[in-house]
Amino acid sequence: MKTRIGFVLTLAAAAVACSGKPGEPPSASTPSSGARVSVTGAGATFPYPLYSKWFDEYHKRHPGVEINYQSQGSGAGVRQMLAGTVDFGASDMPMTDEQLGQAKVKVLHFPTVLGAVVPTYNVAGITQDLNFTPDALAGIFLGTIKKWNDPAIARENAGITLPASDIVVVHRSDGSGTTFVWTDYLSKVSPAWKLRVGSNSSVNWPVGLGGKGNEGVTGLVKQTPNSIGYVELLYAVQNELAYGAVRNAAGTFLKADLAGVTAAAAATAATMPDDFRVSITNAAGPDAYPIASFTWLLVPAHIADQNRGKAIVDFLQWMLADGQSMAAPLSYAPLPKEVVAKERQTIAQVHVGS
Amino acid sequence: MPAGGWRARLRNGDEVAHLMALLFGLTLALLTTLVAFELVVNSSLARHRFGWSFLTGQTWDPVADQYGAAPFIYGTVVTSAIALIVAVPLGIGAALFLAELAPRRISDALTLVIELLAAVPSVVYGLIGVAVLVPLMRQYVQPALQRVAGSIPVFTGPAYGVGYLTAGLVLAIMIVPFIVSVVREVLLAVPREQREAALALGSTRWESTARVVLPYARLGVFGAVFLALGRALGETMAVTMVIGNRPEISASLFAPGYSMAAVIANEFTEATGNLYLHALVEIGLVLFLLTMIVNAFARILIVVTTRRGTAA
Repeated sequence: MKTRIGFVLTLAAAAVACSGKPGEPPSASTPSSGARVSVTGAGATFPYPLYSKWFDEYHKRHPGVEINYQSQGSGAGVRQMLAGTVDFGASDMPMTDEQLGQAKVKVLHFPTVLGAVVPTYNVAGITQDLNFTPDALAGIFLGTIKKWNDPAIARENAGITLPASDIVVVHRSDGSGTTFVWTDYLSKVSPAWKLRVGSNSSVNWPVGLGGKGNEGVTGLVKQTPNSIGYVELLYAVQNELAYGAVRNAAGTFLKADLAGVTAAAAATAATMPDDFRVSITNAAGPDAYPIASFTWLLVPAHIADQNRGKAIVDFLQWMLADGQSMAAPLSYAPLPKEVVAKERQTIAQVHVGS
Repeated sequence: MPAGGWRARLRNGDEVAHLMALLFGLTLALLTTLVAFELVVNSSLARHRFGWSFLTGQTWDPVADQYGAAPFIYGTVVTSAIALIVAVPLGIGAALFLAELAPRRISDALTLVIELLAAVPSVVYGLIGVAVLVPLMRQYVQPALQRVAGSIPVFTGPAYGVGYLTAGLVLAIMIVPFIVSVVREVLLAVPREQREAALALGSTRWESTARVVLPYARLGVFGAVFLALGRALGETMAVTMVIGNRPEISASLFAPGYSMAAVIANEFTEATGNLYLHALVEIGLVLFLLTMIVNAFARILIVVTTRRGTAA
């Protein structure tokens, strides 16, 4: 992951260096004809590969606009946004009421794509996909289910002989949106989890070992016999990891894929609040994968700088149209059309100019 | 003419050099003060909320906004102690061989290799730890230790491979090159006459090394050890990759633990909420103070041994 991000960074840097030829005529749709606009953003690392592609592609279409994005983490994105050191932030978690209260201007949330989290495991002799009920996952991560052949796991995996060995739980050690989605899901399906642990980018884990990043968790799971951990769907797909199916709210066992993730967002679209600060874990609907989440761009509702404001608004429109088609090839689930339509209305709330 | 005298002195460069050196010296002091200042200011919320109990609290719960640093302090101290216990005898022994026993050409060649080791980035040691040491510990070393010394509480519990012991060993591997290369230099700097005098009095080669050369060079040896300790205390990447990242105090060295530098690196970027952030900065402050105390202790040790000993 690290090296790939480094590679993407180099590419992005090269792209930036290669552009900016003085003679290039600005395209007709460039918000500010002639003037060069530089927009800066910071935040979430999870969508960074896609954002990097988006900002690059957008720059190719609008040579006058350059969007620089620093993937420093969601927490840093929110902090920088609040401090006003960046034009927009990005986060895998919606801002809390407390954080919004600290903001000098109103902050709008724009979902960009969706991610999902999957359980990955390494059990001696098991090559099939395992089925997990919400109770089984919560029990394992709470430490109340200690053995692989516990009835709570075995019941839904008829025909598979699970060993009587101790389960080794592996979680993320670094603060992460992945952990937020995972613990948010467990909090919804298990009152005991909600009471004892709760949801956040880092939590006080009842049991288990911590691995740094998706690669750290994967490494520990691969090495440790009879272990279970959780990683981003994107990471599991790209590294061809085995992962299990999870029973959703409708009672169907579902292995995560992009369609199931988009379905989870579509299922919640009707009841979605106007500010898009919504958790879509454990969504209703037979096709909805239950451990999924939006990732958001955080944009101030009032942007004083004309050029930058227009550029950000235009980018948001482009992201909802052309941008969405670039998501799936990079293993990100695109937004359902209901959410896209709702976001288009919200863009109108961004006030540009003094 | 006073002005001419002033100009002449300026031309000589003495005043300029003096001023510049003073300025640079002050910059260092200023930097240290600024670091301390920033750490103190940005940890104020956590210090007011938890007071001294921050140091003894064992719960680290970002959801409930409850923070205690004891497991991290414990982890840092224990892993550094393991590292020193392993690395100091190994390092001094290797340095003795290189400086006193090995032929000069072999000594120089080996020293080059050791200095290369010292330049390897810590993340590489972490990778070696994860790929080689962790499986080795889980499959062979920990079960063997358990068989031989399982009655001692420090060698109990399930063998995960990651944990205090593995982290300490990775740290030991990382700091050995520092100890070897510094101690070798120090031993080589011991005047020839010292050895010759000892030999002339009828001592064996070992007696001259152990009773004369090493005591003569002990200041440098202390220096090397504390330099290594400083690196072990602050090491982040390699430790977080093999320690298991579990904020819990366990008597067993097989258990997963955590360290101060590792928790800051892991959680800082995603820390939302001011108290959470201030708690992480306070851990930085504790680490800063711990290194200061270690350095002060080293100074005192040096002063005391110099006064008692014969050579400086």
